Amino acid sequence: MIDEKTRSELAEIAARYPHKRSGLLPMLHLVQSAEGRITADGIRVCAEILEISEAEVSGVATFYTMYKRRAVGDYHVGVCTNTLCAVMGGDLIFQRLKDHLDVGNDETTEDGKITLEHVECNAACDYAPVMMVNWEFMDNQTPESAVELVDDLRAGKERHSTRGPKLVTWREAERVLAGFPDDLADEGPSAGPASLVGLAIARENDWKAPEA
Amino acid sequence: MTDVLTPVLTDNWDADRSWTLASYESRGGYGALKTALGKTPDDIITAVKDSGLRGRGGAGFPTGMKWSFIPQDNPNPKYLVVNADESEPGTCKDIPLMMASPHTLVEGVIISSYAIRANKAFIYVRGEVLHVIRRLQRAVQEAYLAGHLGQNIHGSGYDLDLVVHAGAGAYICGEETALLDSLEGRRGQPRLRPPFPAVAGLYASPTVINNVESIASVPSIIGNGAQWFSSMGTEKSKGFGIFSLSGHVAKPGQYEAPLGITLRKLIELAGGMRNGHQLKFWTPGGSSTPLLTAEHLDVPLDFEGVGEAGSMLGTRALQLFDETTCVVRAVLRWTEFYKHESCGKCTPCREGTWWLTQTLARLEKGQGSAEDLDLLLDQCDNILGRSFCALGDGATSPITSSIQYFREEYLAHLEQGGCPFDPAASAVFAREGANA
Amino acid sequence: MTQEIVKSDLVTLTIDGIEVSVPAGTLVIRAAEEIGIQIPRFCDHPLLDPVGACRQCLVDIPDAGNGRGFPKPQASCTLPVAEGMVVNTQATSPVADKAQQGVMEFLLINHPLDCPVCDKGGECPLQNQAMSNGRGETRFEEAKRVFPKPINLSPQILLDRERCIVCQRCTRFADEVAGDPFIALVERGAQQQIGIAEGAEFLSYFSGNTIQICPVGALTSAAYRFRSRPFDLVSTPSITEHDASGSAIRIDHRRGKVMRRLAGNDPEVNEEWITDKDRFGFAWSRQDDRLTHPLVRDEESGELRAASWPEAFAVAARGLKKAKRKVGLLPGGRLTAEDAYAWSKFARVTVRTNNIDFRSRPLGADNGAEEAAFLASTVALTAPGHGGVTYGDLEAARTVVLAGLEPEDEAGAIFLRLRKAHRAHRTRVFAIGSHTTRGLRKMGGTLLPTRPGDEARALAAVAENGEVALDGGGVILVGERLATVPGALSAAVRLAATTGAKLAWVPRRAGDRGAVETGLLPTLLPGGRPVADAGARVDLAAAWGVESVPDSEGLDAAGIVAALEAGDLEALVVGGVDPADLAIGKKALKKTLKKAFVVALEVRESVFTEHADVVLPVAPPVEKSGSFVSWEGRVRSFEKVLDVPNALPDVRVLAGIAEERGRPIGVRTPEQAAAEMAQVGPWEGARPAAPDVPAEPAPAGLVLSSWKQLVDDGRLQDGDDFYRATARPPVLLVGQATFDSLGVEEGAIVTLTGPLGSATLPVYVGDLAEGTVWAPASSRAVSVRHLVGPAGSTVTIEGGVR
Repeated sequence: MIDEKTRSELAEIAARYPHKRSGLLPMLHLVQSAEGRITADGIRVCAEILEISEAEVSGVATFYTMYKRRAVGDYHVGVCTNTLCAVMGGDLIFQRLKDHLDVGNDETTEDGKITLEHVECNAACDYAPVMMVNWEFMDNQTPESAVELVDDLRAGKERHSTRGPKLVTWREAERVLAGFPDDLADEGPSAGPASLVGLAIARENDWKAPEA
Repeated sequence: MTDVLTPVLTDNWDADRSWTLASYESRGGYGALKTALGKTPDDIITAVKDSGLRGRGGAGFPTGMKWSFIPQDNPNPKYLVVNADESEPGTCKDIPLMMASPHTLVEGVIISSYAIRANKAFIYVRGEVLHVIRRLQRAVQEAYLAGHLGQNIHGSGYDLDLVVHAGAGAYICGEETALLDSLEGRRGQPRLRPPFPAVAGLYASPTVINNVESIASVPSIIGNGAQWFSSMGTEKSKGFGIFSLSGHVAKPGQYEAPLGITLRKLIELAGGMRNGHQLKFWTPGGSSTPLLTAEHLDVPLDFEGVGEAGSMLGTRALQLFDETTCVVRAVLRWTEFYKHESCGKCTPCREGTWWLTQTLARLEKGQGSAEDLDLLLDQCDNILGRSFCALGDGATSPITSSIQYFREEYLAHLEQGGCPFDPAASAVFAREGANA
Repeated sequence: MTQEIVKSDLVTLTIDGIEVSVPAGTLVIRAAEEIGIQIPRFCDHPLLDPVGACRQCLVDIPDAGNGRGFPKPQASCTLPVAEGMVVNTQATSPVADKAQQGVMEFLLINHPLDCPVCDKGGECPLQNQAMSNGRGETRFEEAKRVFPKPINLSPQILLDRERCIVCQRCTRFADEVAGDPFIALVERGAQQQIGIAEGAEFLSYFSGNTIQICPVGALTSAAYRFRSRPFDLVSTPSITEHDASGSAIRIDHRRGKVMRRLAGNDPEVNEEWITDKDRFGFAWSRQDDRLTHPLVRDEESGELRAASWPEAFAVAARGLKKAKRKVGLLPGGRLTAEDAYAWSKFARVTVRTNNIDFRSRPLGADNGAEEAAFLASTVALTAPGHGGVTYGDLEAARTVVLAGLEPEDEAGAIFLRLRKAHRAHRTRVFAIGSHTTRGLRKMGGTLLPTRPGDEARALAAVAENGEVALDGGGVILVGERLATVPGALSAAVRLAATTGAKLAWVPRRAGDRGAVETGLLPTLLPGGRPVADAGARVDLAAAWGVESVPDSEGLDAAGIVAALEAGDLEALVVGGVDPADLAIGKKALKKTLKKAFVVALEVRESVFTEHADVVLPVAPPVEKSGSFVSWEGRVRSFEKVLDVPNALPDVRVLAGIAEERGRPIGVRTPEQAAAEMAQVGPWEGARPAAPDVPAEPAPAGLVLSSWKQLVDDGRLQDGDDFYRATARPPVLLVGQATFDSLGVEEGAIVTLTGPLGSATLPVYVGDLAEGTVWAPASSRAVSVRHLVGPAGSTVTIEGGVR
């Protein structure tokens, strides 16, 4: 059940926008943070706050792939299997993780820790093959590194994104997506190595944009 | 003569804590905002027009012209919406930009909003990039605290509120009208045009929607002048852009260069293809742009050059595949992507991608006949230009272009009763010597 | 001059080589229709906003009117015409033809080949257009998309998802037209489908329209699914018997049995939409309690026994003769105009009385005198073109004020037209009512909060209300419930006079307005002739060829009942009356009926037939021809659908009694009645004065606001349990302060007590004015009008258990 605090935070999201319905996507992120998935109760409360029908909320909640109708584990592990990552090894990684975790696509391990899903291009192609854990980048993966990662996560070992902070839980991540920051913005580097290769070459050659 | 690489947007990415306001301002950040606030909004529009900046999200529409379409006599509020839904396969420039230097974007948003007289702006960022969203949230918070955002910005009398809005997983929301529906809390399905967003966009009010890189380019144009910007690039494709190299190249990554650079040059900078392999095919601007091959290495990567070569510059998402890659597998996977991301609104895209996927899957397994290739092309013909938006068109690009260049490889699947390639050989961690 | 203006609004374009001029803004697909070119389409519907989703209507535009063509085929359903535009459809353009064939092929790859068992087979736009614009053989060899078999969107509406082509007609109808977006597109891409939210069904009063506009067999009704094939059905246009809307319907029957009803297409009235009551409420006339032959009360046994028509006529005539003029007639509000005319003439010529009143419903302390004066002065004889308000007037109105009327519940077609007016023309709707109803919200309306009983003062106040700003561009619609409020109808007349706004009366029943025109009132004769006007009486007597018509005003409905109870009247002729609507308790009614000589004309058994001396079965509308006069004053004629032996219209039955009595009414058939009505014509003399009754203060304490919801316990809704299951659950709505004083949670069961007794209902908070509560008048679970009392009653609430 959506509690009073969550309900008031949902209303707070809606109030950020000139037209409150604009708040629906972040509101559904918050529902996931509070409930662990999109629930009928969450849909009802969003509909109430936005004064739209539950069917309309349901239509939105089922359109976007980040919204989950089944409970997600502490760590949502996405393996990019769009063409480039797949070719570069994503298919092999995904197969290896399915075998290792004994789950299929969009399924959760019995201990409730890991939900495995193959994902589409996540805009990190220069780090292929890429995995996402709770929507944090895990760049340049191999089947071995992927197995080690999920094992560590299941064992409760702290792991960091290759370009970000220590991994938070899926529900904590969803809260940030709802627009409630978690104060981890300053963690991690400015950029990963691939992002900087062109810049480094320019620096080596003293190439610059022209002077103004 | 302009240098080969021209880091502007990427120039501060190697700075310590580059994402912070302090770091950004220490390198002159928000100076362009001060300049802009000293000019009239129309001056800003004129400068961006004069610079020749064309949309960096793929379509290449002149940015200044887009802004000038906003009817200033319309009594409704005006809105600026940044399209940060970077999802086109191969495209990976906006995400590192927002991660490393969110203030470049924020400053661009403020100047651009000022130009179009918007008092409310949104950054619609795809939801699957948590840390990028954190950095954007922090940057906006810092900008408010520094007086760059909010009421009466630096005493100018100009007010602007900026909201960072996380999407929830839908490629189609990169289409600007689908993005608007999504930002209004609806299913991200494209809208009828007309009315165009400039007239009736967000909340049926005049709205400018620009790509991250376009908006992030604005501070440099205002700070350095339109002339400076247009001194780079080619005749009709002015300025610089981030070229994203990925795939079987020695050093994949971001290369910021004037438009018109060639892939040959970029591969050279990137240390060539991975050891011992040759380029087989590539996308110039994401998977929706028709494939090109090694014969196109010297095509100038600007809007006109790539167009003449039969493809599109798109987002300069250069995905490079070497000879270990099965083109049928690659195309099938892209097609599955389009099927997964089709919003479902129109018949050709919804049903067409369903059918294409099944036909391609059959061919990849070596089942079917040569006539199936003609059937595929006919299906594509019935999707291309018949769909509601460009997603359907994009879905046909890899298929038609791959059949154009690699028909024999399709037939080889049929002859061999399956894929002739070893998928392991194309993996980046493939053992040395593995081959097709 | 006028012609020039018209011409400048026209746009001329060329379609398939044929030049056509159409109004600016016309869509290409409609312009093509003008010259008989049918472009195939699915998502397109002329009464829904364009969406361009299915892409079936692609055409080639070699010239958009600016000398340049579109490089790609364009959807003709979203493209407005332009001067000089050149359009080539599938008839002349290979590009357009191939585009259409391609889309059709895509639609069919995932469409099941179950046409032989699909309800839509034979009347299916997909089937038809696949024949006309598709290829004969499939090129698709792979796996079709499948879904588990049908899902219920509501108890009545089922969805077969694999048949659906997601054209969005149903969701757009629900959202745009009905304002009930309880179905929506869910999922995405190839999995996209129509759906509801978990636990929130598609409960819309207008849900059945989605079935009718579905271009495939995806939506079906539980009532009709798998019952029939379209080519086995005989279709007859008709008019709804459920309300005063005059809505056009189509009745499909097979072998003597109505299988389904659909909306007719009448742009001036209901457009293409009807309520679910109009659509699904037709099994009532074939229930087990249907009367099939006359009955007379056996003199010896005292029991009803079967009788022949001649015997029944004779017994009725004898009984009425014996009662002389001590007879009252209660004909109800559901008669056709022709049958009503027969009742009217039967009263005046055969019985020689004015003791007749069609209004068996709450009428207030004056027994409806003010209303009768209002009907005689202001309503009778108005019609489209003759001072009547029309649907078109509603759509064009700047402002519409509603009083004593809840259109969504009581006049669905008016509700839909007002919602359309609000959406399309920004018409402003104001409701003098107890609270902001769902219907009012959907019309974009504003509540003028009014306690029941205070409507007269509220109407008077509208004249001074700058926000409402009612003027000559406005319309006032008053419902029959205002009859119970002293001075309210008088105030409405005054408001219309001072503002210049038009005024119309919207009754609830299909026969109410025809009853006014035919004089089923103690003060009014046919054609608007006042009983009190000697000239009018003479005029009518002459037309009828009788010496005179009774000159004293008769007893009204309440008066008739009271006189029967007191023994001042000895006989009653009754038909189509709900005993609960009469101002008499159940026991007293039975006693009274036993005492009096009762002739009952009924379709089905009722408390009246149970106690009648003569029971004369009459035909339901589907088994006779006739006319309903709509609230507009529009005569809506219909033909007989089913030929049922022994099913006689009221006019034939009354003629039989009259002839036996020796005082014939001169007409035996609806056609004869219609012809005579036309001959008698309207009264051309002075109209009676409008009522001028002062307002009275509303009662103190908690007052009940109440009306019948669309789906309720009415007998004309018997027989379709799926439909009945879509009723809104009964609730008690109270204002915040009242709610707080109860000290219970929302949803708690409380007891509502009024003059008749008590009922228990779950309580919820609404924006009700203090001192006001609302509950539905009649629902199957809890009938407040039976258990508690009529609208305007003073009530108390005690609560409550959770």
